[in-house]
Amino acid sequence: MSSDDQGILWEVFIQVKAGRPYKHIGSLHAYDKEMAMKSARDLYTRRNEGNGIWIVKAEDIISSEASDGEAFFDPSNDKVYRHPTFYKIPDGVKHI
Amino acid sequence: MENEKKLEQFQGKIDANIKIEPKDWMPEKYRQTLIRQISQHAHSEIIGMQPEGNWLTRAPSLRAKKILMAKIQDEAGHGLYLYCAAETLGVKREQFLEWLHEGKAKYSSVFNYPTLTWADMGAVGWLVDGAAIVNQVSLQGTSYGPYARAMVKICMEESFHQRQGFEIMVELAKGTKEQKQMAQDALNRWWWPSIMMFGPHDSESAHSNQSLKWKIKRASNDELRQSYIDKTIEQGHHLGLTFPDPNLKFNETTKHYDYSPIDWDEFWNVVKGNGAGNKLRLKHHIKAHEDGKWVREAAKSYSKKMNLSKKIA
Repeated sequence: MSSDDQGILWEVFIQVKAGRPYKHIGSLHAYDKEMAMKSARDLYTRRNEGNGIWIVKAEDIISSEASDGEAFFDPSNDKVYRHPTFYKIPDGVKHI
Repeated sequence: MENEKKLEQFQGKIDANIKIEPKDWMPEKYRQTLIRQISQHAHSEIIGMQPEGNWLTRAPSLRAKKILMAKIQDEAGHGLYLYCAAETLGVKREQFLEWLHEGKAKYSSVFNYPTLTWADMGAVGWLVDGAAIVNQVSLQGTSYGPYARAMVKICMEESFHQRQGFEIMVELAKGTKEQKQMAQDALNRWWWPSIMMFGPHDSESAHSNQSLKWKIKRASNDELRQSYIDKTIEQGHHLGLTFPDPNLKFNETTKHYDYSPIDWDEFWNVVKGNGAGNKLRLKHHIKAHEDGKWVREAAKSYSKKMNLSKKIA
C-alpha cells in the first residue's frame, strides 16, 4: 500500500444535552485535532444530536481485554455489602 | 479442541442475543463475512451518491436542490459510519478503498442503473431507499455490535430519504400528463432492480444459512423481499401508478403479494460488471480519490509542521 493514507483514527463522544454523560458515537479519520473536530461536527451532529463533542485518538484509549473478563470483574461479586440491599433496617424506618 | 469450545461459547452468546464486540473471540469465517458484508454496504452508500449527484445541478427548485444535497451528504455519512464499523475487524480504511478500486469488493448493483429523468430521484428515494430501509431495519438486530450501532443511526436518518422520494412521485403523479408518464416510466425501470436488491432466492444464496445462524442476518433474502413488496404495492396504488408486473396480486392464502419470476440473468449480468453504469461509477470513484490526493498530502504535511513547531516552541 502507498503512503497515501486517510489519517489517524479518532473516537468521537457526544453529549446529547447539558448535564448528560458523553457517549461514544463512532469514529473518524483526520490528520489533526482541528480537522477531527470539524469532521465530527459534520458527521455526527447533522441533526442536533449533540451539545458537546469529545474526541480522542483511538490509540490513546486504554481498554480492558475481553479475555480478562472473569478475572477482572468477578471479584466485585463477593462484595455484596457494597449494595444497599445487604443491610437490615428495622420495620417502620423511612427515607433511608 | 480449544477452538471447538470457543466456537460453542460463541454460538451460546449469539443464541442469547449478546452482541459480539471487536475484541471478543470470533470464528475467522464470521470475521471475514462481516468484513465483506459491511464494506460492501459502505461502498454502496458512497457509490450511491453518484446517481443522485447526477441531478444536483438540475433539480427543479431550490427546495429540491437543498433536500437532494442533504440526502447525498447523509449517504456520505452512512458510508463513513460503516467503514468505521468494518475497520474494527482489523482491516484498514485504505485497504477497503484499494479492494473497491481493484474490483475485488462489490457494491449494490442497483447503483449501476442510470438516473435518466428527475422522476428517477423520486423512484430511487421511494423504491431503492425503501428496499434498503427494509434490509437495514432488520440489520439493527445484527450480532456484531459496531455494525448494529451503525445501523440504528442510519435507520434514524434514512426515513426522510424515502419520504422525500415519495413526495417527488406524488407531485409528478398528480401533475400534467407528461409528468405522470415520467413517474410511471421511472417506476417501470426501478421496480425490478429494487426487488433484486435483496439478492438471490434463499435456495440459491451462498452465505445465507451460516449468516442466519450467526445472526449476522436476521431475516432471509426472500422474507425481506416479500415484506418490501407488500408494503410498496399499497403505496404505489396510492399514486395511481401501475407496477410493471402483470402477475402482481394479493394472495388470500399467504396474505402476501405474489409476483412474477425474477430475471436473474439480468441480475448476474449487472453484478458481473455489464450494467449501464459499472465502469462509469468505478472510474468516477477512482478519479475523485486521485483528485483528492493533494488535499490529503497537504493536510498531512500541515499536521506534521504544526507538531514540529509545537516541539520547537
